[in-house]
Amino acid sequence: MVNGKRTLIIIPALNESGSIADVVGEVRGELPGVDVLVVDDGSTDRTAAVAAAAGALVAKLPYNLGVGGAMRLGYRYARDHDYDVAIQIDADGQHDPRYVPKLVDLLDDNDLVIGARFAGEGDYNVRGPRRWAMVMLSAVLSRVARTKLTDTTSGFRAANRRVIEMFAGWYPAEYLGDTVETLVHTARRGYRIRQVPVAMRKRMAGTPSHSPAKAMVYLGRAFAVLTLALIRR
Amino acid sequence: MKLTLVTGLTGLLLLGTIVELLRRRQLREKYGMLWLAVLIIVIPLSLFPRLLDNVAELLGVASGVSLVLFLGIVFLLLVCVHLSWEVSALEEETRTLAEDFALLRAEIDADRAARDELVSTDG
Repeated sequence: MVNGKRTLIIIPALNESGSIADVVGEVRGELPGVDVLVVDDGSTDRTAAVAAAAGALVAKLPYNLGVGGAMRLGYRYARDHDYDVAIQIDADGQHDPRYVPKLVDLLDDNDLVIGARFAGEGDYNVRGPRRWAMVMLSAVLSRVARTKLTDTTSGFRAANRRVIEMFAGWYPAEYLGDTVETLVHTARRGYRIRQVPVAMRKRMAGTPSHSPAKAMVYLGRAFAVLTLALIRR
Repeated sequence: MKLTLVTGLTGLLLLGTIVELLRRRQLREKYGMLWLAVLIIVIPLSLFPRLLDNVAELLGVASGVSLVLFLGIVFLLLVCVHLSWEVSALEEETRTLAEDFALLRAEIDADRAARDELVSTDG
């Protein structure tokens, strides 16, 4: 329970056995009374076993479906088990569970709340094509959602019952679709989206990619996914 | 002129079909992107079939149209190979699913048998 609402934390994880125990432990420590569901997206390491040992419910996919595939399973679980709120948190430990009550509070007046990095907090800076992609995505998506969105690819989100119901039936499995396309889809259907500034931490394990070629490809894909999301209904 | 009309209309019809399929979410993003890219090349060619004449000459092909035909066949072959590859991946996935399903059923059956035994020894 968070603020009297039955809350499920969904953590999609792919080969995160290095950090998943700490993440699950921290969530359960900070938020007593919430259920934690780790969706193991076909990991080849001991992610599922480690998560279960840390006290999470674990759903193990037989093979990799991508973040979107893992998240739809999570939302289906939330719908079938009658949760009021479903919250997505990354398995690498960059999201601080102490922000969860803040996100849940805002769900009273909104349907989908996004935890967004804000400038100055933490040492997260992006440059080059990756930055252009972020700027383009925030500009277009803010307009579509009629609210200010600065961190559209954030994997820290809280959804209420209406959005859980929608995501349980429809959630794109494609790369970037899980963040960008869901936002367009949600906004178009008249749901209210809000962002909350949160500080992000460094990943506990693993390294982010920084190659310029990859950043360029990212920009291209972001543009393609956005265009497609906008022409789709 | 007539030919340009026929090829041009065919190109636009293809474009319309693919965009509509994408809009209705009948095509996944990766396939949709592929076909849109193809159309971006095909539509100018369908309106101006002689566009590639210069390139053809450079490559020693008699006419731009033959070059388009050749490239078209190569492309279709690649699409076929890609689809075979996708089908192989899908077969592997259904196989994994079937195995998972059989394992789950075995576990449930074993559970049930153990419970029945418990009941019969109790009763």
